[in-house]
Amino acid sequence: MSSFKEIFNSHTWSEVQQSISSKTVKDVEHALQKEKRDIEDFKALISPAAEAYLEQMAQLSHLLTQKRFGKTMQMYAPMYLSNECQNICTYCAFSLDNKIKRKTLSDAEIIQEAEAIKAMGYDHILLVTGEANQSVGVPYLKHAIQLLRPYFSNISIEVQPLEQAEYEVLRQEGLHTVLVYQETYHQENYKTHHPKGKKSNFYYRLETPDRLGKAAIYKIGLGILIGLEDWRTDSFFTALHLNYLEKTYWQTKYSISFPRLRPIELAKEDGQHIQPASQYISDKQLVQLICAYRIFNEEVELSLSTRESETFRNHSLKLGITSMSAGSKTNPGGYSVEPQSLEQFEISDERSPKEIAHIIKQQGYEPVWKDWDKILS
Amino acid sequence: MKPLVIANKTFHSRLFTGTGKFSSSLLMEEALLASGSELVTVALKRVDTQNPNDDILKHLAHPQFNLLPNTSGVRNAKEAVFAAQMAREALETHWLKLEIHPDPKYLLPDPVETLKAAEELVKLGFIVLPYIHADPVLCKRLEEVGVAAVMPLGSVIGSNKGLQTKDFLQIIIEQSKVPVVVDAGIGAPSHAAAALEMGADAVLVNTAIAVSEQPVPMAKAFKLAVEAGRMAYEAKLAQPKNFAEPSSPLTSFLD
Repeated sequence: MSSFKEIFNSHTWSEVQQSISSKTVKDVEHALQKEKRDIEDFKALISPAAEAYLEQMAQLSHLLTQKRFGKTMQMYAPMYLSNECQNICTYCAFSLDNKIKRKTLSDAEIIQEAEAIKAMGYDHILLVTGEANQSVGVPYLKHAIQLLRPYFSNISIEVQPLEQAEYEVLRQEGLHTVLVYQETYHQENYKTHHPKGKKSNFYYRLETPDRLGKAAIYKIGLGILIGLEDWRTDSFFTALHLNYLEKTYWQTKYSISFPRLRPIELAKEDGQHIQPASQYISDKQLVQLICAYRIFNEEVELSLSTRESETFRNHSLKLGITSMSAGSKTNPGGYSVEPQSLEQFEISDERSPKEIAHIIKQQGYEPVWKDWDKILS
Repeated sequence: MKPLVIANKTFHSRLFTGTGKFSSSLLMEEALLASGSELVTVALKRVDTQNPNDDILKHLAHPQFNLLPNTSGVRNAKEAVFAAQMAREALETHWLKLEIHPDPKYLLPDPVETLKAAEELVKLGFIVLPYIHADPVLCKRLEEVGVAAVMPLGSVIGSNKGLQTKDFLQIIIEQSKVPVVVDAGIGAPSHAAAALEMGADAVLVNTAIAVSEQPVPMAKAFKLAVEAGRMAYEAKLAQPKNFAEPSSPLTSFLD
């Protein structure tokens, strides 16, 4: 079978873009009526032609999600371990060229944060770092997982892409899930958004899910940073990637996230503030995208973070989303150690996990705090 | 109706139930009580066995509910055996629903690993009920290693598609010396009734009850369907005939 690189290279951005925009109402209706949908149907579902079918898509997405996941919502919290980073990413507050106070949590601080997060009710945790191999390389991550294992049943990471053997080491310590977003599949512009650092290597990032699959990581999280490039074309490539991975690493679970660019505090040397988000996605279109993924793939987990507003989250939890964070802090030490430090991005929904759990229950869903056990990994 | 006996334990209800996907633990409790179920499967990964106030376990604390811990989440025999031992210790029961589905998409059971794990777990003293494909040969192999019952699937788990594997279930029911529990895919009370009419000893239902608009009446409907199906089986169903019964038989001249 072809590698994903080969599959990826057999498509061009402009052809895909053209193909999505040429989908018709007929294609959308066909996709909605089928029992099993393929990638062409996904194109139709994310096309402008499908916008008129939003309510129908939402109804279908709601039913399919309940059938598979029941009336439940998985809860998780991110813990930022470090904001040190050797990369320049034009959209990120932790970018190397952004003059901020850098911080990496010590052992005692990790424990302090863990206790604060645990007290909020969480049992699934997502560890986040920038890319700084000296301070937050594999030995640091391994140690952090060892420290946190007694506190949490399920540990995920969102860190720099690693080698297969490194993932294997972390899995043996109890790592369950790795999130690695491609940010954009637009190869030429990828370089513009990531001009410096290891992250500027497009293909190394593109092939990270393969290394994760080979390392037998339980779950791989995919996504793009919505707002960098045309979201429709980028989402097509995400779906294409998902299809390839499901066939190749059939023992692995997959999830998709929907981060969209939000205002960040970029204190450049010249004092200029950057406003990216040239490819903004509307709330309506984000709902379309969430529903399109669900209708396309009934089993994939769909995750929504606190980047989204209260109203959006209140209503979207019935549309296909299966996991949520709440009360998140996106700065290292943000829960307890150093609550005032700079966040990676401003969260929009600041309600506590308790409040969110209440909203989830009100809508007839059960917030799930534990759905894994230490003994399984 | 004849009670069902598995590993010397008598069940008056032939409806086994799951505990996932409910909109609250309280509703789960109410639905399971309405179902009359006496064997309730619970995923080890969903409960906090260290916590005496675990929300799920708290709502299952009724004398009629016998817990059937399951190994959902394990990918091979080795992990299954380990998880089973933990479950036995934590939930204080030898009963185990052995499920090994390395494919997280369709959650289809791995026959090779399941057979391997079943053999070992039986030796370790477990009462093993393995979740498997509707594979008659595998059922006989599992019976030979000493499982207490077999749990072949009716269709893909959570699909609500009913008895898609009917032809194979029939062979399994015909050949099996241990109870046959049809698990997975049962989406409507009529599917459950059909399984019991066919001679299945019990069914296990989760999604169809939990995801229903009204889980409590739905649980009751399944209870009635299972009873009706079993009653019909015991009363000997009239068989549909493939040939006519003429009033002037061709062989009457021999009388």
